[in-house]
Amino acid sequence: MELELTDEQAFFVETSRRFLETECGIAAVRDLESDPAGYDPKVWAQAAQLGWTSLLVPEADGGGSLSEHGLLDLVLVAEEMGRLVAPGPLGPVNVVAGALGRVGSPQQKADVLPGLLAGERVAAWCGARPVAGRPHGGGFVLSGTCSPVEAGAQADHLLVAVEHGGACSQVLVPAGAPGVTVTPMSGLDLVRRFAEVRFDDVAVAADAVVGPVGDAAAEVEHALRVACTLQCAETTGILDKVFTMTVEYLGDRYSFGRPLASYQALKHRVADDKVVLEACHAIATAAARAVAAARPDAGDVVSAAKAWIGPRATEMIQDCIQLHGGIGVTWEHDLHLYLRRATVNRATHGSPEDHAERVAASKLGATA
Amino acid sequence: MSSDVVGSQGPGGSEPGPVEPVEEFRARLRAWVPGNLPPEPEGAIKRTDERWAHERVLQRRLWDGGFAGIRVPKEYGGLGLTEAHRRAFDEETAGYDLPFSFNVPTLGILAATLLDAGTHEQKLRHIPAILKGEELWVQFLSEPSGGSDLAGCLTRADRDGDVFVLNGSKIWSSGAYSADYAMCLARTNWDVPKHRGLTMFIVEIHQPGVTVEQIRQTDGSTEFCQEFFDDVPIPVSDVVGEVDDGWSVANRLLVHERMAVGGGSPYTAGRNSKHEVGDDEAELVGLIRSRGLEHDRHARQLLAEVSVRSMVRNALVERVTTGLARGVMPGAAGSLIKLYGAETTVRRAEIGLELAGDGAVAWPADGDTAAARLGRHSLGRQGAALGGGSNEIQRNIISERLLGMPREAAADRDVPYRDVPRGGRR
Repeated sequence: MELELTDEQAFFVETSRRFLETECGIAAVRDLESDPAGYDPKVWAQAAQLGWTSLLVPEADGGGSLSEHGLLDLVLVAEEMGRLVAPGPLGPVNVVAGALGRVGSPQQKADVLPGLLAGERVAAWCGARPVAGRPHGGGFVLSGTCSPVEAGAQADHLLVAVEHGGACSQVLVPAGAPGVTVTPMSGLDLVRRFAEVRFDDVAVAADAVVGPVGDAAAEVEHALRVACTLQCAETTGILDKVFTMTVEYLGDRYSFGRPLASYQALKHRVADDKVVLEACHAIATAAARAVAAARPDAGDVVSAAKAWIGPRATEMIQDCIQLHGGIGVTWEHDLHLYLRRATVNRATHGSPEDHAERVAASKLGATA
Repeated sequence: MSSDVVGSQGPGGSEPGPVEPVEEFRARLRAWVPGNLPPEPEGAIKRTDERWAHERVLQRRLWDGGFAGIRVPKEYGGLGLTEAHRRAFDEETAGYDLPFSFNVPTLGILAATLLDAGTHEQKLRHIPAILKGEELWVQFLSEPSGGSDLAGCLTRADRDGDVFVLNGSKIWSSGAYSADYAMCLARTNWDVPKHRGLTMFIVEIHQPGVTVEQIRQTDGSTEFCQEFFDDVPIPVSDVVGEVDDGWSVANRLLVHERMAVGGGSPYTAGRNSKHEVGDDEAELVGLIRSRGLEHDRHARQLLAEVSVRSMVRNALVERVTTGLARGVMPGAAGSLIKLYGAETTVRRAEIGLELAGDGAVAWPADGDTAAARLGRHSLGRQGAALGGGSNEIQRNIISERLLGMPREAAADRDVPYRDVPRGGRR
């Protein structure tokens, strides 16, 4: 987490943490395992009251943030959610609300934002990889498949990137539009739901285009950066919690008449994990700041964070499981819940290798 | 040790009187830098005698220009400015040649320690001289009989009237042959447990009784030295801190060292983008192109790893620096930067070797190629994981002092040092 919080931010963290502990602690997460949505809509609406859905939206559109950049507030929530592997469509709703706040038409804002901000409606972002679009009467006819789409089956609206004749646009499609097929998927996380979203000749009108036609590449890239930044923040929250649990456990557990924490072989592994933990915090914070301030190197820093955090997070949690001994590989222990979420964050919105390639491309140019 | 907060006392920012606004400082730099600093040299800098001399000139130029010692208190010749000024300096001087060797260890470690623990007179005598480029400093800590167990020091200083008489040997002091002064840890009391019988001294290096020998490293460099002391008289006025309390001074020094080596010292200024072989991304890019690997997936992943590691390092340095300055991290947090930096250097050396291919082992007789430099550099890569405290010692510090895990058993605790068992080389 950012070390320099304002008083408002510190209070916000405290409030968010208390809310999560009361309303959706780990036991609640386990109870939601077989719930189709993976979250309780009533709890999500309460979360929205705390401001979780409005931080990326300008005040004029009903949103508002604590600090100058709402993203720096939102990553605090993501990190708290990581600490409790909490349920709820934080990423998708904020990416879509943020996009509408930035470039949505007055009509789109009026139709969709109030529901998202109130936590009564959900939107999903179909990712940075575009579907094919055939220009048609000022709008497009879409065909293609997006997968996995977080909260796809819970969403009322879908924000979709469209590629048409070498140009890129974004469109907002009602999930129930003719030709849209949303198929829920099974997955690793107990409560984070994904779906496959298929577009079979889906006609969208001109008024569904978000932002200028044919000029949305930078907006799609921004959405990707926001999504990745939130993932990285969530994973650092996960790591913080798992690391703390592990250090405590090593102090409490005795073997051969002494605490596990007194064995140098284990102390040195924990020290290495601590370096990884602080480095993850550091690069996640750097990514959030770079994206918030729209710095020219923001793309590189975000990809560095994704490439760095993803594999190290899963490796570190696995090591913490090893340090816990047999209890660490049981269903009963919470460690696997954290490992699941970190693994999902590692693999979605681009793998570590994909993001390393983005960094390489900024040095060497694109591959042939 | 709980008061190990770098930046909590020495560096300025809250000095009385008007502080030059950062933007004015920046404007002043922008006007001054192009006419006064040469461009940064191509490739990694070799520390030759000419280079040392050149850096003294550059440091003097900074002094004359009013840019030396940005965070050093005005009282001792510095500017007494803030971290924001220092960052502005780094930004405005990027791409220019600077006295990089003054940064570490002279400014970042020794001047920093003197500011913390020296007397007013010692600071007046040495800090302005350092800022003028007249004094380069090194540290005499490690000994041939043991590196990690610093407090198990055997070099002795025996009181004789107004002087202490120094005898023994120190090792792994980087660049001692071309430096002027050292801080030297020596045993002054053998009847108390090891940490309580040490004293820190200021030692003038070029004087009778001090012999400096350069050590040839695996990569061919001869920067590290061993020193021998034969009845070297040291005035009592050159004791840093209290007699027999040298360990607390050494600990201050080590805190500064871990910060400085990791790149987080408040007293250093300016960054050398190509300081270390293999740290130069442009050189790796050139190598990849020259070998026709620019579309090779594996080579691209390796280049990205170097770049990602360096972005993560910058972020980690900023995080730990902030944590220390705000007092939310103890001084031992410097070990996080040190360990991360060492692992990165090791990994980068391996990546450099891989990208260099067979050019790392055989090269044109008349050419000093990038691949050749990377090949030679890879031989000595573990130096980064040893110097300034080995990775293993950093892991002890992190687990014990940062995380509060139990300390390692020590056979020499609470035993008069003369009764402590020692190995073969005494």
